[in-house]
Amino acid sequence: MNQKDSKHTLDPNKWIDTYADYLFNYAVVRVNNNDIAKDLVQETFFAGLKSAKNFEGKSTERTWLVSILKRKIIDYYRKINSKKGQAEVRMNFYDNGDNEGNWIEERVPQSWNNEAEKTIENNELKSQIDDCIEALPEKYAMVFRMKTIQEFETEEICKELDITPSNLWVIIHRARTQLRNCMEKNWFNK
Amino acid sequence: MFKKFNITCDEATTICDKSQYGEASFYEKLQLNWHLLICKVCALYSKQNRTMTKVFKMKASDCSKEETKCLSNSDKEALKEQFKQLQQQ
Repeated sequence: MNQKDSKHTLDPNKWIDTYADYLFNYAVVRVNNNDIAKDLVQETFFAGLKSAKNFEGKSTERTWLVSILKRKIIDYYRKINSKKGQAEVRMNFYDNGDNEGNWIEERVPQSWNNEAEKTIENNELKSQIDDCIEALPEKYAMVFRMKTIQEFETEEICKELDITPSNLWVIIHRARTQLRNCMEKNWFNK
Repeated sequence: MFKKFNITCDEATTICDKSQYGEASFYEKLQLNWHLLICKVCALYSKQNRTMTKVFKMKASDCSKEETKCLSNSDKEALKEQFKQLQQQ
């Protein structure tokens, strides 16, 4: 390793002790699955080792590793995107013909019981939300979680997942209408 | 131009969702509110959407309380082992 003061250097032997937890956290927040996050971190270290000779020392070791991990997360996102199509999504609106953009009759929102508003702090409710998010297509669940639960900036999500803002809002919209239906069925009007 | 101002229920609820994050533009909010005046169903959606936002906010604050997750030591050891092999190749 060359030890020039101004340039950052890589020391792969310390990577796992120093960065494994940080990278794992970074990944787990985004993919919401421990095993997948673990795999992504592993791939990141391996890819880092392979391309260590391309490291120019312009950024810190950690920043460099995170940028590799980001790539891996986008790859993962692309993979689930192509694997699980939109066919699973039960649409709430007509998408062609005269009725385009109107509510599909059996999906029209129903009024909720009056208690709906009162029972907001409740563990059962929390696990019901988790179940409903879990039932979303993977891509929707991921974007929805990042935006709503982890409260990322729109710009950040778009950059990380390589999508446009209008793309993001359509995904959020579909996720929310579907979650609404799921919660209506399983919670508010149970 | 006035035709453009009338939006479909699908578009209205998209804006409604966007505004839950405080990210709808002024023009979009005008379009939405005009639509809500003439569409009872979307007005109901909009009202319930605020409830959903409260529920999600509660989830979100719950989530930020959670401590950071770490890899277990055995996972790290396994990772180091594989890493060593790869370096020797």
